[in-house]
Amino acid sequence: MARKLMKGNEAVAEAAIQAGCRYFFGYPITPQNEIPEYMARRLPEVGGCFLQAESEISAINMVYGASGAGARVMTSSSSPGISLKQEGISYIAGAELPCVIVNMVRGGPGLGGIQPGQSDYFQATKGGGHGDYRIVVLAPASIQEAVDMVMEGFDIADQYRIPVLLLGDGMIGQMMEPVEFNPPPKRDLPPKTWASTGWSDKRRPRAVINSLYIDPNELEAMNLKLQGKYKTIAENETRVEEYLLDDAQYIIAAYGTISRIVRSALASARSEGIRAGLIRPKTLWPFPSAAFENAAAREGVEAFLTVEMSSGQMHEDVRLGVNGKKPVHFLGRMGGNVPSPESVVEKLREMKEGK
Amino acid sequence: MEKVFKKTSMLTDKIFHYCPGCTHGIIHRLVAEALEELGVGDRAIGVAPVGCAVFAYEYFNCDMHEAAHGRAPAVATGIKRVHPDAVVFTYQGDGDLAAIGMAEIVHAAARGEKITTIFVNNAIYGMTGGQMAPTTLVGQKTTTAPDGRLASHCGYPVRVSELLATLDGAAYIERVSMHDVANVMRAKKAIKKAFECQIERRGFALVEVLSSCPTNWGLSPKEALEYLRDAMVPCYPLGVKKEV
Amino acid sequence: MARITIDGQRCKGCGLCVLFCPKKILELSDGALNVKGYRSVVVTQMDACMGCCFCARMCPDCVIEVEK
Repeated sequence: MARKLMKGNEAVAEAAIQAGCRYFFGYPITPQNEIPEYMARRLPEVGGCFLQAESEISAINMVYGASGAGARVMTSSSSPGISLKQEGISYIAGAELPCVIVNMVRGGPGLGGIQPGQSDYFQATKGGGHGDYRIVVLAPASIQEAVDMVMEGFDIADQYRIPVLLLGDGMIGQMMEPVEFNPPPKRDLPPKTWASTGWSDKRRPRAVINSLYIDPNELEAMNLKLQGKYKTIAENETRVEEYLLDDAQYIIAAYGTISRIVRSALASARSEGIRAGLIRPKTLWPFPSAAFENAAAREGVEAFLTVEMSSGQMHEDVRLGVNGKKPVHFLGRMGGNVPSPESVVEKLREMKEGK
Repeated sequence: MEKVFKKTSMLTDKIFHYCPGCTHGIIHRLVAEALEELGVGDRAIGVAPVGCAVFAYEYFNCDMHEAAHGRAPAVATGIKRVHPDAVVFTYQGDGDLAAIGMAEIVHAAARGEKITTIFVNNAIYGMTGGQMAPTTLVGQKTTTAPDGRLASHCGYPVRVSELLATLDGAAYIERVSMHDVANVMRAKKAIKKAFECQIERRGFALVEVLSSCPTNWGLSPKEALEYLRDAMVPCYPLGVKKEV
Repeated sequence: MARITIDGQRCKGCGLCVLFCPKKILELSDGALNVKGYRSVVVTQMDACMGCCFCARMCPDCVIEVEK
């Protein structure tokens, strides 16, 4: 299939349709409005259903209904709207339903700003909603990667019966890059015999889409089942990119669009004799702790540096992975400001000079 | 002799957890009977609320979803858009529908979602122990208005049926009551019509069922039905509010 | 001619059937407690039953079946 120049938001929407998503429920919020708008035009063309809900809360509950009814369904929003969806996401995770949720992160907290940020890492990976649950969090660094992650995301969601969140940002949403739509590697997906379709076939049990278990032992058993599932996902689905790590003395941890700034900085740094490399988590949950543990254990590695558009959220998981073996520094900008490659190189210089 | 009245197959055998004399039990039965008599039991998908009827998924003998508080109309929308031929219903109390869920029910009705909502109005929050509801009567005592609802402080009850009847997407809205046999039979007719409205794809249908809460009203089952007849019905007039 | 059968284990003794029976042939027993701890309704004069089904219709707990 030919490569096409597309805006990130539209490419993400098209990727969902290519993956067989036929239901989208969403609500306008900057900087992701092109997603519902694209879905409004395209879904009827493929016999699907687009509905603009009255709020992000309503939208996530429509997703819960449609997913429980057996459909491939997606919603999208940006930071404040994702906050509104948290109860619904907890319900979807608790009922073991699949869906894809897209967050084009903007500045926060509160009404914040409309420029990109990485300040929803905690919200995405540390629950966000109530209860002991996890969702798979995928962090694209380019529009092509966003497309690939959305398409594979629907399969991951169906395979494990879990919500999958694409953690993008306003840059991914708004910029244009060439993309192509290739189907992901084939997975053996189980049939959705648990879905509510009307109980005409009495050979299957009556479908009850539910997360309420009032008996403590039943609820604990349910939670243990979820934890077992999360362990399996962590074993099978963790993805990370390692770049220029072999001889690196200084290792930068960065994800999403910031990793591209870091790549530019690495070229600069190496030309100055600073041997730096990059560990780029592609799944934020499950987090590639092993990559950091292994790197921290290497004698030649002096220190780590997390670079994020936040006050230091993934930074905490990097520190956990390094587990005190080496120092972990931090460089961040907030409010929608993007660290420049030069500022990353400057930080590496400081680290090399022992500051 | 032949059986002229027995439990419908659209209810499971599980004994209801509702309080003695609570009209939820009657309303569950009427909904289940309507589904059976209309022959749509095997394509029914119900959405249970948060409230006393939170376990409704254990009682209705069809595919069921549990929903977050207030969100049942949105959940039902998702289900109905995926399965347009299913008979999708929500069963909601007054806190679920008229407080936290007011946006969802208004917009489901405005969109003309072809779902059927059974709205159980007992003017109080039952499950959580008797707090004030948007439908609590002025002067009615509740745990969060211990001296009785004071209009100057927290306003007036909401007449949901009249409110929704103003929306063009609403195709059938009727208010009924549980206070005696004739009204129970009228309620059953209304519930059947509300399902027929969906089956005929005319639009959104809602039946508001004035119900009793003996436990939280502090009345016996008999006294509770009398309060229903003498206090609730004058505030919430019975009858068809919309029919297209 | 009509008769009703009562599932005593489901009855919660709410008394609505007693209230609405036009022949006044139902009463709450003072007998044994059922599995839920309630005292069930009983029929005092089965041969006076008309089979109107008022009791079954007002019962919130599907306790009563009616034959005619």
